[in-house]
Amino acid sequence: LSICSRTVEPLEYYRRFLKENCRPDGRELGEFRTTTVNIGKCSITTADGSALVKLGNTTVICGVKAELAAPAVDSANKGYIVPNVELPSLCAERFRSGPPGEEAQAASQFIADVIENSQMIVKEDLCIASGKLAWVLYCDIICLDYDGNLLDASVFALLAALKNVQLPLVTINEETGLSEVNLKQKNPLIIRKHPVATSFAIFDDTLLIVDPTAEEEDLATGTVTIVTDEEGRLCSVHKPGGSPLTGAKLQDCITRAITRHKEVKKLIDKVIKSITPK
Amino acid sequence: PRRDRAVCAPGDTSVLAGLYGPAEAKISKELPDRAALEVLLRPKVGLPGVLERSREQLLRQTCEAVVLGVLHPRTAISLVLQVLSDAGSLLSCCLNAACMALLDAGLPLTALFCGVTCALQPDGSILLDPTARQEQEARAILTFAIASSDRKVLMATTKGSCSVEEMQQCLAAAQRAAGTIFQFYRDSVRRRYSKC
Repeated sequence: LSICSRTVEPLEYYRRFLKENCRPDGRELGEFRTTTVNIGKCSITTADGSALVKLGNTTVICGVKAELAAPAVDSANKGYIVPNVELPSLCAERFRSGPPGEEAQAASQFIADVIENSQMIVKEDLCIASGKLAWVLYCDIICLDYDGNLLDASVFALLAALKNVQLPLVTINEETGLSEVNLKQKNPLIIRKHPVATSFAIFDDTLLIVDPTAEEEDLATGTVTIVTDEEGRLCSVHKPGGSPLTGAKLQDCITRAITRHKEVKKLIDKVIKSITPK
Repeated sequence: PRRDRAVCAPGDTSVLAGLYGPAEAKISKELPDRAALEVLLRPKVGLPGVLERSREQLLRQTCEAVVLGVLHPRTAISLVLQVLSDAGSLLSCCLNAACMALLDAGLPLTALFCGVTCALQPDGSILLDPTARQEQEARAILTFAIASSDRKVLMATTKGSCSVEEMQQCLAAAQRAAGTIFQFYRDSVRRRYSKC
């Protein structure tokens, strides 16, 4: 019986578990890690909306700040949503301090695409006065602990934080032309769709495992992320290279993603209900 | 070091690809067991931003899946793509240019790949290789990189939302269209080598 060390031959170590259809941390191939979410006052008190999501060890915090700005000339009735994903050097050894690396930039672009594709927030809803004033939502997603599956946690944190945002009522005074902010009257954001991301890692060109940890991501030969909304529509199929997949395997991923969406939606509804004052 | 280039132009979209390598890698970037692949995408105007970085990641991981990097450990392969004009289907043009540059350079590959863009129009019909105008009017745009060996999906990225059935239909259409593009690769290579 050969001794297979986790540090010396990680791939062989993993293959032993995958043969039995399970993983070293005891999960099955299609099982997610424990997901917990903390919305609102418990997270960032200075932000207009915030949420902290933990997916196993992966911890991601999202803070949303709303500011006022003039809309762009070519889209006078649209506000702005500016997502930014940061992977500071404290979350994992591989990230150095300095300008954002490729992974952070690709994640930021992915989040921007998800917001755009799913139409979870329609930019026209953020407009206060066409051509004069609109809301800018700065969504900062910061990873505090990186243990794989950044995209799922980020999308979830963003959704939870946006559900928590309360925007004060802003009116434009007809006489002076200046804006007046009424901090006492706050309205929640209109969130039309609830996109949820599900990530898979491809092992040895054939096996698909859900919610990979950082170790599994390093050993994987490819990744796939599927974002679905509550109607079962695909907001994003993100497969950045890696092992080739057949259409059927992609379909299996989509089916699992749709089931995951229901689990996450239930969790978020439960948490929102518990924090809303009656 | 080998230097090779390929220009890919479906319609009026054209991308110039230059491949350098396998060459000596910087010690900070070299990998002990395989070649380190780097992709740089330069837009037509402006400095490369977050969108270019995201596309570079897609292209890099697609190329890494086909290039037999283990045959050239501790080397660097750089792929530089310059967008000359953009009239729609830019990402699939970049994919095709990248693959032809890899072919031209003679790097060892497990399979070829081609990029196909599908636009889902508001009435539900599928349009391949849309122009910029058609892309704007479309409900969803799906770009796939299809491998030559068994028409499997190497890379997939979507813009806009669509139903699962529509995605599968687009994928099937892309896999069928891939055959035409691979034939184009064969013809181009044949033309290039028949002259000398």
